[in-house]
Amino acid sequence: MVKEYLTISHIAGPLILVEETSGIKYGEIAEIELATKEVRRGKVLEVTGDKALVQLFEGTTGLNVYQSRVRFLGKGIELGVSLDLLGRIFDGLGRPIDGGPKIIPEKRIDINGNPINPTARNYPTEFIQTGISAIDGMNTLVRGQKLPIFSGAGLPHPQIAAQIARQARVLGKEEKFAVVFAAMGITFEEANYFITDFRRTGAIEKAVLFVNLADDPAIERIATPRMALTTAEYLAFEKDMHVLVILTDMTNYANALREISAARKEVPGRRGYPGYMYTDLSTIYERAGRIKGKAGSITQIPILTMPEDDKTHPIPDLTGYITEGQIILSRPLHRKGIYPPIDVLPSLSRLKEKGVGKDKTREDHGDVTNQLFACYARGKEAKELAIILGEAALTELDKLYAKLSDKFEEEFIAQGEEENRSIEETLDLGWKLLTMIPTSDLKRIRDEYIEKYLKQSNQ
Amino acid sequence: MKKESKAKIIKVSGPLVVAEGMEKARMYDMVRVGRMGLIGEIIEIKEDKASIQVYEETSGLGPGEPVETTMAPLSVELGPGLMGGIYDGIQRPLDIIRDKTGSYITRGITLPAVNRRKKWDFVPLVKKGDEVRAGDILGTVQETPLVIHKVLVPSGIEGEIRVIKKEKFTVTQTIAKVRTASGLKEIRMLQKWPVRMERMVQKKLPPEVPLVTGQRVIDTFFPVAKGGTACIPGPFGSGKTVILHCIAAWADADIIVYIGCGERGNEMTDVLLEFPKLKDPKTGRPLIERTIMIANTSNMPVAAREASIYTGITIAEYYRDMGYNVAVMADSTSRWAEALREISGRLEEMPGEEGYPAYLGTRIAEFYERAGRVICQGTKNREGTLTVMGAVSPPGGDLSDPVVQATLRTVKVFWALEDRLAYMRHFPAINWLNSYSLYLDNIEAFLSKEIASDWMKLRNIAMAILQEEDSLQEIVRLVGKEAISPGEQLVLETSKSIREDYLMQDAFHEVDVYAPLEKQYQMLKVILELHRSSKHALEKEVPLEKLLTLKVKEKIARMKYIEKKDMSEFNSIEREIKREIDNLIAK
Ligand SMILES: Nc1ncnc2c1ncn2[C@@H]1O[C@H](COP(=O)(O)OP(=O)(O)OP(=O)(O)O)[C@@H](O)[C@H]1O
Ligand SMILES: [Mg+2]
Repeated sequence: MVKEYLTISHIAGPLILVEETSGIKYGEIAEIELATKEVRRGKVLEVTGDKALVQLFEGTTGLNVYQSRVRFLGKGIELGVSLDLLGRIFDGLGRPIDGGPKIIPEKRIDINGNPINPTARNYPTEFIQTGISAIDGMNTLVRGQKLPIFSGAGLPHPQIAAQIARQARVLGKEEKFAVVFAAMGITFEEANYFITDFRRTGAIEKAVLFVNLADDPAIERIATPRMALTTAEYLAFEKDMHVLVILTDMTNYANALREISAARKEVPGRRGYPGYMYTDLSTIYERAGRIKGKAGSITQIPILTMPEDDKTHPIPDLTGYITEGQIILSRPLHRKGIYPPIDVLPSLSRLKEKGVGKDKTREDHGDVTNQLFACYARGKEAKELAIILGEAALTELDKLYAKLSDKFEEEFIAQGEEENRSIEETLDLGWKLLTMIPTSDLKRIRDEYIEKYLKQSNQ
Repeated sequence: MKKESKAKIIKVSGPLVVAEGMEKARMYDMVRVGRMGLIGEIIEIKEDKASIQVYEETSGLGPGEPVETTMAPLSVELGPGLMGGIYDGIQRPLDIIRDKTGSYITRGITLPAVNRRKKWDFVPLVKKGDEVRAGDILGTVQETPLVIHKVLVPSGIEGEIRVIKKEKFTVTQTIAKVRTASGLKEIRMLQKWPVRMERMVQKKLPPEVPLVTGQRVIDTFFPVAKGGTACIPGPFGSGKTVILHCIAAWADADIIVYIGCGERGNEMTDVLLEFPKLKDPKTGRPLIERTIMIANTSNMPVAAREASIYTGITIAEYYRDMGYNVAVMADSTSRWAEALREISGRLEEMPGEEGYPAYLGTRIAEFYERAGRVICQGTKNREGTLTVMGAVSPPGGDLSDPVVQATLRTVKVFWALEDRLAYMRHFPAINWLNSYSLYLDNIEAFLSKEIASDWMKLRNIAMAILQEEDSLQEIVRLVGKEAISPGEQLVLETSKSIREDYLMQDAFHEVDVYAPLEKQYQMLKVILELHRSSKHALEKEVPLEKLLTLKVKEKIARMKYIEKKDMSEFNSIEREIKREIDNLIAK
């Protein structure tokens, strides 16, 4: 029944124009068969009269206008899902690359998904302990949150993401847990780091990996995160699992988006990225959360490398406008040898307020966090002043703050890659640092907590 | 009529569809697109071809499919039953959609926005024989325990009441009959209004009364008036949404319309879950009973995002016409502008700055122009206000962004958020030197009468101290603290206190989240009293160090947490200031 066309009239970048077609639908999938019998997949980006503009996921290299056949499949791009996905590795378009058997799907799902009705959402409130103080203590992650890592080239984001994947758990609960991992345009080495780590810890049994490497087709990256999120939605909302989704590197995803936009000769937005990039990214990031009446959840940790470490670059900028906070890595901290080099001041978890405190972490958590923020900020300011005017220009108190901020980086932020701190350990560490300054300066902490916790730390 | 529709799709490009055979098409009419009957709106006509922005996802749509015009513009339904509701950008009820189709939003659904079956107790306020005209109140229904819904004579109707009854009615039943020049007209509670058309008023008046938000930095320093306009631009994570949520919760408006326009799903969920729990300070009723939400989140169709702010503001005007103080917040107008840009790009219009269409500025101005303090239609000269506040999300926080610039040309209040303050956890991160309000003069009379005659004086002293701090800090940064006089150091000390003990306000603290005007006044008075008497002490040669370590300072730092019932504490703090300083001077 499927009609075949030999009417490609135009090839430009990842796009082809097919003419004299009929009955083509916007967004449907096309198969393009090359003279070599190789089959590639594409998606209809626009239909005008009898012309269809198709974007090829695997690129147009080697494509010929006269000998290539195009078939339109009458449906959107789909992923076959089943519980057998767990423990498997796929390419960026969902084809097995681990030598394992083909998946026999329970059903096929359109990878674009549908927006969650805001009235069907449940607000994320459950504290996830990652065992990393800079996150748990200062920028707490909760279940169902989308919290990206803003990194830079050469910074240890793979280590941090892997450590989170290893250590993340919800206190006092044993539940079905899974990791869905999507690699977009990263190096073999980096991908291998994750795969090896998942194997080493046995996490691979409960993981699904979609891998598009740096030398894989760039446009395929448009589909990869959607494959991953379709899998995650299936596991979370149909199989009651708590799913952690790691998407890396979103910068490569955005660059693929830019490539398509350029090929379509669209009016470019900032730095050549298309004007609709905000909306496009939101259709990825908003696929996180909890849904009323469903046991599972999707927590998303997208990773992106900021070009030139610039937070105002469109990719981190638009991401920050969509996600519920951000963990920002700092090159100066990394140079000082601090792992994880998390810059807590510009980092933020917007959902922490509802995830911390009595019955969740500990009653003093919110106050301690605020106080540590204030002290660290003041200490850093004092240190900057000392650089300009010399140490002598600082008051005694400012010197204490400066010292506290150093200790905060060395003892609180810094920790081992295998070190898994409980939230109590993290908070106690915070109190220990706060003993360095006069109690009367602890304005952000309620007296009762000072009474209760500072005494213990002083002993 | 239907059979002669030959109109069919010839092009599909994302949310934009072009159809031919559209000779009958009129600009801004609603159409049904394709076999799925997706809802769209005509936004451009060239001969028999019409460009349509489609409010639902268009994948699966293709050339040849039929298009049907409804011959009516995009309109909202107005009537009792809106309050407490949550709607998408074209007023489809999201809670009912969820009951019908589950957790995800699917396509091609049409549901009435206003419940057709519910019966309301209608209480007439006019009687047979009365002369009425558009805007007059026919009667009321108790829409929620917080809101009395006033049923107005619809626009275009004038004449004598022939029939009106006290009875239970659904919104589609006839509640009254009016003899007009063109015959007997039946009136129902359910009315419709095209969203892109401003609702009529008799006249506009200058705003005079502040909208009390309970946010100190706003009410004291950069107030917005009831019927005014304000914008809150800032980079991501600087606190736009938190402030708008706080205002939606605590502002002394009668009705809130909250438009979530291309933002996060969880933020709407937050309002949905929190507002039924938060209590109106005056009545103790849940705040959701006075709130209407429009939610078109970032991942919902982009054309409906464009429509969402018009849907929201039209509903707001409708309640304003009843004589209420209505406040609208739109988060974020940048996402609305981007939707406009996307559609414009697909129409291949000539792009202006940053790819935005040339008419961006006009559209923004038209939107904010719908705010105002007005004399409503009708014989009774009712007054109503509509206050509009919009978040703006410029790329990289850069205020030269065209949306920010066009907004600043229109609105009268500018709350400038700054990421530097947010990193220091100084919230609300509103920069006190760059922000402004053009309503200070309008509302001064009200404040000095209702709160205190020296309100504006205190405000100006505090502002001057903050400004002086800025220039002093410059000096300190260059040459150190020793270079400035004790008097100047005292200014730094006081400005720090204004910043930390006054401007900073924790939206997540149950007491601090909302400060009534009376409390704001007392707090500021205490801080400035300490400043005044410390200055006096300096003149009496009390050493500065002594003044910097007064015991009362700890109490001042905790003033924020003083509850309404303990207002007398402020007097005791003032007495303590006097006692401590007098002691120092006496030594
Ligand atoms: N008044 C406040 N009190 C305490 N915390 C605040 C306050 N305002 C903002 N915050 C903190 O800042 C975070 C970000 O605020 P918010 O979500 O309002 O930012 P935004 O400007 O709306 O960002 P975006 O543009 O990405 O939507 C909040 O989650 C909260 O942690
Ligand atoms: Mg926001």
